[in-house]
Parts: sequence; structure tokens; C-alpha cells
Amino acid sequence: MLRYVIKRILYMIPTLFGLSLIAFMIIQLPPGDYVTSMIASMQDSGANVDPRQVERLREIYGFNDPIWVQYFKWISGILLRGDFGYSFEWNRPVAELIWERMGSTLAISIASLLFVWAVALPIGIYSAVRRHTVGDYFFTLVGFVGLAVPNFILALALMYFSYRYFGQSVGGLFSPEYVEAPWSWGKFVDLLGHLWIPIIVIGTSGTAALIRVLRANLSDELHKPYVITAKAKGLPGYKVVLKYPVRIALNPFVSAIGWVLPELISGVTITAIVLNLPTAGPLLLRSLISQDMYLAGSFILLMGVLTLIGMLVSDLLLALLDPRIRFT
Amino acid sequence: MLTSPEMTARTADLDEDVVLEVQDLSLDFRLRTEVLHAARNVNLKLRRGKTLCLVGESGSGKSVTARALMHIIDRNGAIAGGRILLKDQKGDIDIATLDERGKELLSIRGGRIGLIFQEPMSSLSPVHTIGSQIIEAVRLHSRMNKSEARERTIDLLRQVEIPNPDKMVDRYTFEFSGGMRQRAMIAMALASDPDILIADEPTTALDVTTQAEILDLIKRLQESRSMAMLLITHDMGVVAEVADEVAVMHFGRIVEFGSVDEIFYTPKHAYTQRLLDSTVKLEQNRRAATRVETPVGQEIILSARNLTKVYGATKGWLGGKSFALKAVDDVSFDLRAGENLGIVGESGSGKTTLGRMLLRTVEPTSGDVTFFGQEAPVEVTGLSKRGLRDFHRQVRLVFQDPFASLNPRMTVRDIVGDPLVVASTLSGKALDDRVAELLELVGLDPAMRERYPHAFSGGQRQRIGIARALALDPRIIIADEATAALDVSIRAQILDLLLSIQKRLDLSFIFISHDISVVRYFCDRVAVMHRGKLVELGTAEQICTAPREAYTKSLISAVPNPDPRNKRMMHRTRFRA
Repeated sequence: MLRYVIKRILYMIPTLFGLSLIAFMIIQLPPGDYVTSMIASMQDSGANVDPRQVERLREIYGFNDPIWVQYFKWISGILLRGDFGYSFEWNRPVAELIWERMGSTLAISIASLLFVWAVALPIGIYSAVRRHTVGDYFFTLVGFVGLAVPNFILALALMYFSYRYFGQSVGGLFSPEYVEAPWSWGKFVDLLGHLWIPIIVIGTSGTAALIRVLRANLSDELHKPYVITAKAKGLPGYKVVLKYPVRIALNPFVSAIGWVLPELISGVTITAIVLNLPTAGPLLLRSLISQDMYLAGSFILLMGVLTLIGMLVSDLLLALLDPRIRFT
Repeated sequence: MLTSPEMTARTADLDEDVVLEVQDLSLDFRLRTEVLHAARNVNLKLRRGKTLCLVGESGSGKSVTARALMHIIDRNGAIAGGRILLKDQKGDIDIATLDERGKELLSIRGGRIGLIFQEPMSSLSPVHTIGSQIIEAVRLHSRMNKSEARERTIDLLRQVEIPNPDKMVDRYTFEFSGGMRQRAMIAMALASDPDILIADEPTTALDVTTQAEILDLIKRLQESRSMAMLLITHDMGVVAEVADEVAVMHFGRIVEFGSVDEIFYTPKHAYTQRLLDSTVKLEQNRRAATRVETPVGQEIILSARNLTKVYGATKGWLGGKSFALKAVDDVSFDLRAGENLGIVGESGSGKTTLGRMLLRTVEPTSGDVTFFGQEAPVEVTGLSKRGLRDFHRQVRLVFQDPFASLNPRMTVRDIVGDPLVVASTLSGKALDDRVAELLELVGLDPAMRERYPHAFSGGQRQRIGIARALALDPRIIIADEATAALDVSIRAQILDLLLSIQKRLDLSFIFISHDISVVRYFCDRVAVMHRGKLVELGTAEQICTAPREAYTKSLISAVPNPDPRNKRMMHRTRFRA
């Protein structure tokens, strides 16, 4: 088992190298650089730009170096000093910007993941065991509606309802009076009050998808002979279902972790913008628009790393859950 | 069915031995459009220390009845009537009326009645250790703590003769062979010393030698614990070897009930006679009777020389070690024109790989196959793709599973005509006529050619598969376990059909099977394979009656003999290698 983990981590090194190359290439692909877009916006506002000053700026930022030198500078900074570079737009180190957003992003991500599991698991089991009953049809309908409604519409609807009926200031993670305040019990309660909207919005489609997957998997497993074996032992009905077929039908749940992590960062950008959430998504979008290359590149790299970590975690969990994987 | 006075007379004096009595049990299943009466007025009695065999063909309702005894019924089914009386010190318990969730029923399941069933591959959970599954069964019915239950489990595994039980207890099912899993399953069924053991086709999926060992084990455990056993099987050979009493089931009814001797020597019901006839028939060599002349000195049509197939043995990407498996090891034989050559062996002996290599759907690692057709001899191993296509026109394959080998979305006409379309020999009216002719040849009504495969039974589907194989007038047919998925009576019909077709067309057969009786019935010569090697090659008579090699002897003696007065399996020769 330990060998397997070490092997997997070693395999990640060449993948990460490839990832960093791709991330760097993506941010270099669009024509021009940060200085070009800065000049464009300065000219738009009527300012006069001195070509010599532009050249000096390029020199400072190192845009005139060959591309591989730029890449080397960037990656060695990250590897040797943990320095992700400097954001031109925000005039702050990239690392600082990212970590600032990471806490809230992770909190929302993990909370939504837990929400997805907590809702999908019991409903999926119920739907599979009571297949073709009124309850199953009801949840199937709800599930499909959840899949079909775009996230941002759901977000707008929920925001309207919570404003109209709870009188809550919606958007963001905190009420205005708590944003800059230090952590306190009041701030925490306020956070919970705000958190439920993004969690539901982000979680709905994932929940619906997982219910379908679990229902299909479990329906197959329920008719396997080992279920009858367990019944014939004298195990009560609900224990039979939970201990044997559910355990095997859980595999897709665990495999999902791999793509849930990066999905939660990049996939919910629109929702985050609509809800004005201080997560990484809107920041990434902004940096891509303004060609803030070190910030964008770092984000892309970070998402790649998260995908890899997510895959590793889900593979390890799968191996724990299913011995057939462990031994092959 | 027996009239009730007769039955009461027979059993009155033995009533205290009865541990379970089934009275007029009927089971109904709601299907989409109708109600299926899976069992109707079934009467059975299980006696302490005795074995009752429930025999019948697939779909006769045997398994459903057996599961109903533990009140395990699918959600769309229900007990429509009758009683299942379990004898108890405090009086009889009627299992049919017990609450599905009640404690009483749960303590009977596994506590008083143990169940073993067919699929050793899937009847245990793949993600729990063998030990944890048995320990669970032990603890459900006793007040043991975990370590006591573990000791008990190890002891049970020892009783079912699993080597190193203290280590095997922590292994997973996929680390066990089929026979070992079935042993573990038996250990689980015995976990709380049940009075009754229900064994639902416990050996059907196993090789003959493993089957003999498992039956032997069950029989010994049953005797030492004086359990009552209900053994469900379709194999009359197994019945003759282990049964005390026999109930014959047909379309949900018990058509005949009696001692094993009565059933085999004075069967009363027509269905029982038919079942016995088709079993006993397979004990002879039909081929000897229908053969035109002895194939001695006839021309050779296909010859294999030193065929070897090695799997694995490639180096891993990071230099990881992998082992080589010799699936087929240096096999040579000749097939003569008009001859039926049988290849027998246990699962994993390489017989299927050998068949595939003859067709070159699996590439041999080394060795040659030569085909002597109308023209010059063809070296099959050196053929180009186009040459191989011509070769495949002359050598056809019939598959094992009649359900999986026919495309469910094609009509029978399209299925049978497909080889002709692919070879673009016929089209239009001529194609249609040829398909009708082929269907008639295999005993099907040509009017059925517009229908889809799902409308046909297993035997009929296998006939369609044979018609497809015959479409291009082949010289050789390779039949890989072609009758393994069929019931006994259908099996004999299909074999007779193949023999009659062979008489009319100039055909040779290579018949791959694990079933020795089928090979004996059908083949002129038999090749015995063991661990990739061809152990013995001889005439069917000689292999079945006077085998020379030790392995062949053990294989032949493990085949159950359908004669209760002459039990063979229990006195079998054992092969150790």
C-alpha cells in the first residue's frame, strides 16, 4: 500500500511539469502582454503614453526575455522560494492574493461537497430500494429539475426569496458590519446565515447527478447473489442493504472527489459573481481578462495541482473501500 | 403428484424425524402483464439426517421454492397459499405467516436453516474479508464476542477443509478459487449449527473434480451433524450420488416424489422418465452407432503441431516483474475428415485458448496449424488477412452462450444470413431461400425467420447459432461448450441434431467441453487437457472406460454416475500433482 502511494506521488512529478508548461503556454498564447492591455486602457482614458516608458516597463517586467527564460524565472521562483510572482493589476504578490481567497473557497467547496453527499446518499438509496414507487418518481423529478435549472438562475431566485422573506442582506459571505470584524460567535452565525445559499446553489446539480448514479449502481447491486446470502444469514433488511450493496455502489461517490475540487473553483465562477462571493473564481476571471499573467498562470497551475491531489485522494479512498483495487 | 392417503401412509411412522414440512405451498409473481404461478401446491418433507433432492429443468420453480422456505421472496412475489412448518420443541412455526421484519424470522434464517447457492463467484461480497462475513453470521445467532467468534470462524473453516484457516480468514473472496469460495459459503451456512441445509445447485458452476470434493464434503458434514438437506439440482448424476429421496418439479408442480431407488428404477410420471432417458442416453456413445465407417486411414483435414500460447512475460514499464502463464503448452493433434474430436479439461486447462488458436482469433506464440481443404494445404499460422477470411469460411465456430451470441436487434433471417452477406455470395430471393433451407436443416420453422432472438428458448437459439455456422458450407465446426448452457433434455436433442447434420453434410467437429458425458456421446476421439498440456488422446470408449493416465482416471471417476445402486463418485481416484 505504501509502495503504491509513493509510486503514485512519483508519477505526479512529470505530470506537474507538463501542467506548468501548459499553464505558462496558455497565459502566453493571447497576443500582447500586461503592458499592452495597460496602455490600451490608459489610451482609452485619454492619457499620453511615452514609448520609451513603455519599453522601460517591459524591461522591468522581463517581457523582452526569450519565453523559456520567462518560464524558468517563474517556475524557479515557485519551487525555490514559494514566490508565485507579482500581480500587475493588484500590485501585490500573487501568493498573498490567492491565499486570501483560498480559505473561503475551500470552506464553500467542502461545505457543498458535504451537502451533496448528505442529500444524495439517502435519496439515492431510497430511490434504488423503492424503485418505481411514487417516492422514487418524486425524487427523480426533483433531481432532473435540479440538473436542468442553471445555477445562476437558482442563485438569483434564492437571493430574491431570502431578501423578500427573511429580510437578509444577501450576497457575499458576511453582512456588511462583519466583513472587516475579527472572528467572533456573531460573525460565525452570520456566516452560516449566508453560506446556505451558495451551498444549495452549487450543490444542486451535483446532488441530482449523484442520485442518478447511485440509483443506477445500487439497482444493479441489489439483485446480486451476495445480497441473498446476507439475507439468508438472518441479517435485518436495512442492514443487508447498507452493509453490502451500498458499500459497493459507493465507488462513484469517491471517484467524484477527483473532479469536484477543481470544479468548485473554476466551475462556479458565474454563481460566485452573481452571489458576490469572495472565492477564487471571479479573481481568476478578472486576471484572465486583464492578462495579469502571473496571477492567471498561478491559478491554472493551482487548479491542475488540485485535480491531481483530488484524483490521488479519490484513488486512495477507493483502494480503502474496495480491496479488489488494492490488490491489482 | 401423489395422492394424499398414499403420502400419509408412507410418512406416518417417521413423523418425528421430520424437521420441516411444506404443505400446499403456492408462490405467485406479478409480472408486467400477468401473474406467474412459480410454484403450485408443493408438498415436501425434510427429515433429520436425510437428503431430499429437488430436480427439474431451468424455470421449473425449484430455486424460488427453496428461497421461500426462508421467506426470501422478491418484491413482486408473494406466498399465495400453503404452510411451511418448522418443527420446534414448543410446537410448529409457520414460516409462511412470519413477519418479514420480525425477529423470529431473522433468527430462523441462518440460525435454523442455512443456505448455499450456485454462484461461488458472486454469492460472497467482494469487498469484505471471508472472515468478516462468517463472523457476522456467527455473531447474529450467538452471544459471542469478536475474538470468540473469530476462533469459531477459524474452526468452521477448518471443518470445511480450507488449508491454513487462521490465515485465510483475513483473505478476500477474489483470492479464493471457485471451490474454495464454495467451501467458505458452506462454513457460513453452518455458522450456527442449523437443522436444515438448503443447497441450491451448489456445484453447477464447478469442475467435475471440484464438484466431487464439494459434494463429498457436504455429505460428510451433513451426516456428522445429522442435518436435513434440501439439494436442488438439474443433474440426475448428482441426484443418484447423494439423494435419499427425490422430488421432481415441472412447471411449478411436484410431479413425482419417492425414494431415489424408486425414481431411478420405477419412475411413474412421463416427465421423470423423459428426464432420466435424456441423462442415461448421454452415458452411451451414440457416435459409435451412427458412424458410417471407422475413420481409420482417412485423410487428415486439420493438423496442429506444437501449439503453444504464453500469456504475460512482458516486462513492465518500470521494470516491474510479471509472470508468464503457459495457457497451452506444446499441443499437437490431427483432425480427420468426418471425425468428431472432443477436447475435455477443467476450467483453466487451456481448451478454449486452443480452440481460438486453431481459428487464429488468438495468435499462437509458437507452433503451426495446417488446413487441408479442397486445394493445396494451407498454413493457417502464416495466412494474410484475406487468406484468413477464406479460411474462416471453411472453419466456423458455435458459441457457448445462446443468449449472448445472437444480436438481439437482428431478426433470425439477418443473423443466419449474415455470413452470406459478409461473404457476398448470395442476395435477395436466393439469400432468403438459403436461410429458410438452413433453418429447416436445424429443425426450426422457416416461417419464424422474421422474429427476433428473444422470442426463442435457449435450445432454439442454439439451433439458430448452428444454422449460422452452417451458412457457408464449412468443412469444420469448432463448438466451444456448445451445450453447456442447456438443460439435459435439450442437450441431447442438440447433440442428435449435430450428428444428423454431420451425416448429411461432409463435416468434422472439434467439440470443446468440460462435460465428459457429452463428449462421450458425441465424439470419436477425445483429447484430455490439463494445465495447458495434452495429457491423453484416445478413442472416446478408451478414455471413458479404460483411461491410462492418472489425471484422466481421476477426472473420469469424478463424474457422477446416474445410478443410485452404483455410486461412483464417492469411491473416486484422486489425482495429486
